[in-house]
Amino acid sequence: MSLYFRQLAALVLKDLRLELRRRETVAGVLVFVLLVLVLFQFALDLERAEAARLTPGLLWITLLFAGLLALGRAFAAEYDQGTLDGLRLAPVDRSTIYLSKVIATVLFLSLVELVALPAFAAALDAPLLTPGVLVTVFLGTLGLAAAGTLFAAAAVQARARDVLLPLLVLPLLAPLLIAAVHATADLMAGAAVPWSAPWWELLVGLCVLFLGAAVLLFDALLEE
Amino acid sequence: MDKQLVLQETAPPSVGPRVAATQLREDRALRLLLGLAAIAMVVALYAIFVYAPTERVMGHVQRIFYVHVSLAWLSYLAFFVVFACSVGYLWRRDERWDAVARASAEIGVVFTTLFILSGALWGRPVWGTWWTWDARLTTTALLWFLYVAYLMLRAYVPDTARAARYAAVLGIVGFLDVPIIHMSVVWWRTLHPEPTVARLDSGPAAPPEMVITLVLASLAFGLLYLALLIVRVRLERLRDEVRQLEQALSLRGE
Amino acid sequence: MWQPASALHSESPSDSQRRVVEAQGLVKFYGATAALRGCDLTVAAGERVALVGPNGAGKTTLLKLLATLVRPSAGRLWLFGVDAVRYPAVVRRRLGVVAHDTYLYRDLTVAENLALYGRLYGVADLRRRVAESVAWVGLAGQADRRVGALSRGQQQRVALARALLHAPALLLLDEPDAGLDEAGQALLAAVVREAAISVVLATHALERALALADRVVVLAAGRVVHEVATAGLTSEALRAIYRTVTNAAKQGPDEGSRPAGGAALPSPADTPVGQPVSLGSGEK
Repeated sequence: MSLYFRQLAALVLKDLRLELRRRETVAGVLVFVLLVLVLFQFALDLERAEAARLTPGLLWITLLFAGLLALGRAFAAEYDQGTLDGLRLAPVDRSTIYLSKVIATVLFLSLVELVALPAFAAALDAPLLTPGVLVTVFLGTLGLAAAGTLFAAAAVQARARDVLLPLLVLPLLAPLLIAAVHATADLMAGAAVPWSAPWWELLVGLCVLFLGAAVLLFDALLEE
Repeated sequence: MDKQLVLQETAPPSVGPRVAATQLREDRALRLLLGLAAIAMVVALYAIFVYAPTERVMGHVQRIFYVHVSLAWLSYLAFFVVFACSVGYLWRRDERWDAVARASAEIGVVFTTLFILSGALWGRPVWGTWWTWDARLTTTALLWFLYVAYLMLRAYVPDTARAARYAAVLGIVGFLDVPIIHMSVVWWRTLHPEPTVARLDSGPAAPPEMVITLVLASLAFGLLYLALLIVRVRLERLRDEVRQLEQALSLRGE
Repeated sequence: MWQPASALHSESPSDSQRRVVEAQGLVKFYGATAALRGCDLTVAAGERVALVGPNGAGKTTLLKLLATLVRPSAGRLWLFGVDAVRYPAVVRRRLGVVAHDTYLYRDLTVAENLALYGRLYGVADLRRRVAESVAWVGLAGQADRRVGALSRGQQQRVALARALLHAPALLLLDEPDAGLDEAGQALLAAVVREAAISVVLATHALERALALADRVVVLAAGRVVHEVATAGLTSEALRAIYRTVTNAAKQGPDEGSRPAGGAALPSPADTPVGQPVSLGSGEK
C-alpha cells in the first residue's frame, strides 16, 4: 500500500517539476481565461444587473474550456516524447498513472483559478470569493479533471486529438455544468451552506462516478 | 486469448455448399424478421392514423407523438445495448461484442436524430417553435452527442482493436452518466419551467386506444431496430472474416 | 555446430520455472499484417541471447512482447514462470529495457529521472543507488544536468542506468549500440558479460552478437529460422550461416524454414466441408 502512495507521489511530483521547468500549462491557460473574460465584455456588453445573472454561466463556460486546454496537455508531452511507454514498462498500476494526472491537473487548474476568480469577481462585480463558491469551483474542477484525464489518454493516441477531446468530454460534463452554475448562482445570491438544493450532491456524485469508472477502466486505455 | 487454434484452422475460402447453406439459413431468419418488422410497421401505421383517437387540444398533429416516444425508448435501449456490449467486450475481448456495440450505436444515433427531428416537426405547429428545452428533449439531445462522440472516437482512432477498447470505455462511462444527466436536466427544468406547459404526453388519463397504439408503435420500431442490428452485425462479421483471411495469408507469407 | 531448432525445445513448459523466458508460437498482427508469425524462444537463467535478422524480421516486435509493452495476437509467453500475457504487472519489476527511446524526461535532471524510476520500481536506499548508477555510467558530475542537454550517447548511458537501477533479472536491449557512445558500449559489454543477469539483445551487428551472447537466434520474416550457440563459432562461420538462412527465408515462406515448434499451416484441401469458419476466440 505504501508503495502505491510513494509511486503516486513520485508521479505527481514529476508533473509538478516538469510544469515548473517548462511553464506551459498554467501560464497559457491563465492568459486564456483572462482573455476570454475580456472578450465576453466586448461580445456581451454587460450591464451591471445582467452581469450578475450571467456571471455563473460565463465563469463556468470559461473554466470548462480552460480545463480542456490543460487536459489536452496532460498526456500530449508524454506520448510525443515516448515517456508514456516508460511508465507502461514500470510496475505501476495504471490507475496510479491516472490518479497522478488527475491530481496534477487539479493543482494546475487551481493555480489558474487562484488568479481567475478574483479577476472575474472584479470585472463582473460578483461575490465569488466566498468559501461556498470556492468549494464549488474545487468540486467542478475535480469532476472536469476526472472525466477529462480519462479521455485525454484516449484522445492523445487518436487523430485530431484537440478536436476530439472536447467532443468526448463535454457531453459527459453537461450535468456538471448545470450543477456548478446553479450552485454558484445560489451562493452568489446569498444562500447559506448547506442549502437544500442538490447541486453539491450532484457534483460529488459525478466525481465519484468518473473517478471510480476511470480507476477500473484506465487499464484498457493504456494497454497495447 | 487462444487465437492460435483459430488461425491455423482458418484457411483461404472454400466457398462451397457448406458456406452457402449457412448463409441461406441466416438469410431466411433475417428475412422473416424483416417481414415481421414490416407487418408490425403497417399495423402500427394503421393504429396511429386510424385506430387512435384524435387528440382534443392538438388535433392530428399529436399523432407524431407515437413515433416520437417510440424512438425515444429505442434510443435509450440502443444505448443500453452499447453499454452492455461494451462491458462484454472489455471483459471477454471478443470482437463480436464490439460489433454489436458499434451496430447499436449507429442505429441508435439515427433513431435519436429522428426523435429530435420528429420533436421539431411536432413542436412547430403546436408551440410555434422548432425546438424547446424541455427535459426529455434536452436529455436526448445530450444522448445524441454521446452517440456522436462514440462514433467519432471510433472514426478517429486508426487501430481497430484500440478503437474498440476506447469506445467501450466511453460507452460504459456515457451510459452511467445518462441517469445523472437526466436528473440534472429535470432539476434544471423545475427551476426554469417552460413558459408554455409543453406536455408531450396526452394528459393524466390516456384512453386505452392511445396506450395500445403506443405499444404497437414501440414494438414495430423495436423489431426494426433488431433487424437493422442483425444486418449491421453481419456486415461487421464479414469484414472480420476478410481481415482474418488476410491475416492468415500474411501468416503464410503471402 | 549447426543444431536444428527443434533440439532446443525438447522440454515442456513445466520446466518454465527455471527459464527466464518461455515463448511459444508468438504471433503479432498489426492490422492485417503479421509482424511475428509464430516465434518460439527460450532463455535460461543467466543466459545471453542475441536476436539477429534483417530489417522487418520482427526483432523489435518480439522484444516489445517480451517487455510486456504489447500483447501477442496469439501464442503463449511465460516470464520467470509467470504467464506474462495474463499477469504482465507481476513480471515488470524484474525487467529492464533499453530501446531506441530513452524513456527519459528531457526537462528533468539525470538524478531526478533516476529517482523517479527508482521510486516507481520500489528501489531501496534510493539516493545511494542513484549516485552509484550515475557514477557507474561515467556521468558523476552531470547528475544535475537536464537530460535534454546531454548528448545522445550520454542519454543512452542514463537510459542504461535507468534500466539497471532496480537490478532486473532480465535485460532487454533493442539495438543498444545505435545510441550508445564508446564508453556506453564498453559499459554494456561489461554488464552483459559479468552481471548475473539474463539478456536478450537485438542487434544488426553480428560481431557484437558473437562477442556478447551465448546463443544467436536468427529471425527472418517474423519467424525464428535458426539458432546456434556461439561457443567456438567464428565470425565468418556466423556470417555464412546468417546469409544462408536469411536467403532461404527470403526465397519462399515455407521453403527451407518451418515455424520452430509449430506445425505447417493447412492447405485449402484440408478444410473439411461442414466445419464452420470460426470467428473470434472461443467460439465452438
